[in-house]
Amino acid sequence: MRPHPETWLKVTPGGLWCEPADLFIDPARAVPRAVVTHAHSDHARPGHGAVLATAETLALMTRRLGEGRAGETQQALGYGEPIDVNGVRITLRPAGHVLGSAQVVLEWQGSRAVVSGDYTPRPQATCATFEPVPCDVFVTEATFALPVFRHPPAEGEIARLLHSLYVFPERTHVVGVYALGKCQRVVSLLRASGYDAPIYLHGALPPMTEIYRSFGQDFGDLRPATVANKEALKGAIVLAPPGAIQDRWARRLNDPVVALASGWMRVRQRAKSRGVELPLVISDHADWDELNATIDAVGAPEVWVTHGREEALIHACAQRGVRGRALHLIGRGEEDEATEEAA
Amino acid sequence: MKAFAALLERLVFTPARSTKLALLRDWIATQPDPDRGIGLAAITGELSFSTAKAGLIRALAAERTDPVLFAWSYDYVGDLAETVSLIWPARAGVNAAPPSLAAVAEALATAAKADLPGLVAGWLDALDASSRVALLKLITGGLRVGVSARLAKVALAEHFARPVDEIEEAWPAVDPPYLPLFRWLEGAGPQPRAADAPVLRPLMLANPLEEGELAVLDPASYRAEWKWDGIRVQLVATRLGQRIWSRGGEDITRAFPEVAGAMEGLHAVLDGELLVIRNGVVAPFSDLQQRLNRKSVGPKLLRDYPCAVRLYDILFEGEEDLRGLPFDARRARLEAWIDRFRPERMDLSALVPFASWDELSRLRDGAREAAIEGLMLKRADSPYLAGRPKGPWFKWKRDPLTIDAVLMYAQRGHGKRSSFYSDYTFGLWRADGELVPVGKAYFGFTDQELAWLDRWIRNNTVNRFGPVREVEKALVLEIAFDAAQLSTRHKSGVALRFPRISRIRSDKPAAEADALDTLLRLVENRPDRPSGSAVAVREGAWPRRST
Ligand SMILES: [Zn+2]
Ligand SMILES: [Zn+2]
Repeated sequence: MRPHPETWLKVTPGGLWCEPADLFIDPARAVPRAVVTHAHSDHARPGHGAVLATAETLALMTRRLGEGRAGETQQALGYGEPIDVNGVRITLRPAGHVLGSAQVVLEWQGSRAVVSGDYTPRPQATCATFEPVPCDVFVTEATFALPVFRHPPAEGEIARLLHSLYVFPERTHVVGVYALGKCQRVVSLLRASGYDAPIYLHGALPPMTEIYRSFGQDFGDLRPATVANKEALKGAIVLAPPGAIQDRWARRLNDPVVALASGWMRVRQRAKSRGVELPLVISDHADWDELNATIDAVGAPEVWVTHGREEALIHACAQRGVRGRALHLIGRGEEDEATEEAA
Repeated sequence: MKAFAALLERLVFTPARSTKLALLRDWIATQPDPDRGIGLAAITGELSFSTAKAGLIRALAAERTDPVLFAWSYDYVGDLAETVSLIWPARAGVNAAPPSLAAVAEALATAAKADLPGLVAGWLDALDASSRVALLKLITGGLRVGVSARLAKVALAEHFARPVDEIEEAWPAVDPPYLPLFRWLEGAGPQPRAADAPVLRPLMLANPLEEGELAVLDPASYRAEWKWDGIRVQLVATRLGQRIWSRGGEDITRAFPEVAGAMEGLHAVLDGELLVIRNGVVAPFSDLQQRLNRKSVGPKLLRDYPCAVRLYDILFEGEEDLRGLPFDARRARLEAWIDRFRPERMDLSALVPFASWDELSRLRDGAREAAIEGLMLKRADSPYLAGRPKGPWFKWKRDPLTIDAVLMYAQRGHGKRSSFYSDYTFGLWRADGELVPVGKAYFGFTDQELAWLDRWIRNNTVNRFGPVREVEKALVLEIAFDAAQLSTRHKSGVALRFPRISRIRSDKPAAEADALDTLLRLVENRPDRPSGSAVAVREGAWPRRST
C-alpha cells in the first residue's frame, strides 16, 4: 500500500519537512537542507546549509542575500532531472512564476506530492511555463483565491499604460514593480508591444535584471532613473519598487502618474488606498480560475493550501469532492503584501 | 462601453483637475457620436439612469454565484457593484458583442421594469470586468467621479479652442448627446441658441488690493461696498425659467428654492452675494455652509438657514444689456429696479461713503461683523467686463487674525501631495491643561516648509491610525484665519474660517502656545460679546504668499 503523503511530508514550525529525505521545502528559518522553489524573500531565506534549486534561483538568491548567505553549499538542478535523496525521488518542474521558479515533485514509495511554491499557469516570456504534474497531494498557494480575482490579459494592461503616456506625454509614468519577476515581466511586455524607447529603472531594480540578462534575456535599452536626468524622464516610463512610488524619490519626478503592477489592483479600494492613479492588473500568481483549473488538471484527491485565502479555495475544493487542508505556514506571501511603510 | 469604463477608471483614481481635463479632452477627441455626448452627460450627472436598484444586482449575482464565496468576496471588496462586476462568471457560449454606451442608454430609457434583469444579465455576460463596473455604477446611479458640468464644458472649450462662455451659452439649447453642439464646435453648423434661455453670463472679478496700490488711486473715482462672506451668485430670470449660477458656473438653483421662488416673474440678470440672513442680519459663513453642496433641502434647513441675495449689480434688465454702462449708471438702474419690483429674498448692497483712503481704512478696521470679509472698491466709470480686468474692481480684505497653535495630528495629502504629511490638525490649550483640536490647515506653506514639516512629523510620530499620525505635542504653528465662529461640531466649540499656516514657530515652546480662551475671545457670533469691542490680538503678521 502506498503511504499517504501526510505520513512523510509534514508541517513543522520551520516549514514543510520531508521526513525520509530529511529536507525542508522553502523553510522559514535556517535549516541544514533546503529545497527552494524560487528566489522571493518569503521562500528563499538566508543561512541554510545545503540548498537545492534551479541554477537561476541559486543565482538570484545569491545576488539578493549576498555571497555565502544563500546556502553553505549549493546544488543546481535542471527542470525534469530527477535526483534521489535517501530513496525520495526529487524532480523540479517549471512553476511559471519568476525566472527559475520550480514546483518540487516528491515521490516516496509510489506516492507523489507536488509542492508548487508560487505559480501561474499563464505563459510568460521571462520564465519557463508551468507544467501540471498529476499527484496524490498538490500543495498550492492561494494568494488570489477569491472569485473576484480574475487577472485580465497583461497585454491589455500594458496598452492602458501606453494610452496614458499618449494622453499625458509630459508626465513621467512611474510604475511600481517588484524587483524580482514583475520588473522584468513588465519590461518584456512593453517590448513585446513595440515600445522601444529607453525604460528607466530605480536603483533597486538592476541587480535582479542583470541576472535575467546573464541567462540570455534581452530587455533593450534600460537606463538608471536618477534625479539628475529629470528632464529626460518627462514622458518616460520609470520602474521602481512599490515602496518608492509614493516616496520622496518619486515626488522629485515630473508630475508623475503613479501606476502599480499587481494582481491586487483588481480591487479599487486597494488601488485607492495606495494612492495609485493608474492601477495595472498584472500578476505573477494564479488567479481564481487558474487555481481551480490547476487543481482539476493535477487531479489530486487532496490539496494543501500554504498561504492566502485558504478558506475560499478549500470551500471550492470541497464542492467537487477534493479534500482541502490549510497548512498555515508562517511568513508566506510577504512579497505581495509589502506595504508602503515597510518597503 | 470599454472606452467609457477606462475613462471612469482613470477619473476615479485621479483627484487632479488638470488630469481630469486631459482625460475628458481625450474622450472628446476620440469617441464617436453619440457615445461621446452620452458619456459626458453620464459623468456630469446630466443624464441619470438610476433605473436599477441594488436589490436587482444582488439577485442577479445570487443566481450565478456560490453564496459563501460571494459573501467572502463582498466582504473583501466592500462595494456591491464592484463585487458583482468582478465575480460575474463568464458564460460558455456567450459571444454577443459588448453593447455600446449609446445602446445601453437607449435600452434603459425604453425598457419595461420586468425586462430589466434579463437585459442587465445579458450585458454583464458580454462585457469585461471593468466595463461591468461602469455599467452597474451607471444604472444604479453611483458614478461619482468628481466631474461637474462646468469641467466638461471647460474640456470642450480647450479641445475645440473656443471660449468657454460660448459653450456655456449654447449648452442650455442642447440635450444629450449634444449633436448640434458638436456640429457647431467642429465648424459644421451654427451655434445652438435657446432664445432667452437662463444662461450664465461671464462674471466680472476683482483683483486683491496690493500693498501701496491705494496711494495711486483717486478716492473720488471709486465706490466702496462691504465684501460679504457668502458665495457669489448670478441670478438669471427669464420667461423660460430661473437659474442661480455659482461663480464657478454650477447651476445651484435647486439648492436654494426660496431664492429661486422669489425670482419667478422677474426678468433680469443680477449679480450678488448669497447669504444666510435672519431679520436683516447676515449670519456667519458657517451657517451658509449648512446649505451648500446639497441637491435638495428640507423644510427644517429652509427655516433654520434662510437665504437671501445681497445685490450689487445688474447686467440685464428685461432684454436690455446693461453691461456697457458705467458702474454708477448700472447702480442707479439696480436701485430703481429694486424699488419697482421689491423682490423678496433680495436686498441692496449698500455703498459705504468715504472721503479719503484713510477714512475708509478706519472703517474697514472697525468692521468686525462676522460676515464682513473686507471691502470692495469699484471704479465709478467702469463697464461690466468679463474676467478679471486689472484696475476697475479691487477686493480689500481685512487682515487675518492669527493664533499660535500646537500641531497634534498629520495626515497624508492627496494627489501630488500624497507622499507628504500635508494636512495638519492643530490645537490650543484649555484651562485644565488639555490640548484640544481647533482646526485643520492644508496650505499656507512653501514646498521647503512642507518638506520640513513632513520630516518633522515622521521623526516625531507617537501613534498611527491608518493614514493619520499623532505627533509629539511639541511644534507650534502660527495659524492665520479670517474669522472664528461658535460651532457645535467641533470639540473646542469653535470653527475657524479659512485657516492656513502662516509661520512655523519652531522657536516657540509648545507650552507657550495660545489658550483656547484667547481664540474664544475672537468669536464673532458669541452671544455675550459686547458689540464693537476691539479685540487685542496680533494682526497683520500674515506674509503675502500665494496659496
Ligand atoms: Zn513568489
Ligand atoms: Zn510567495
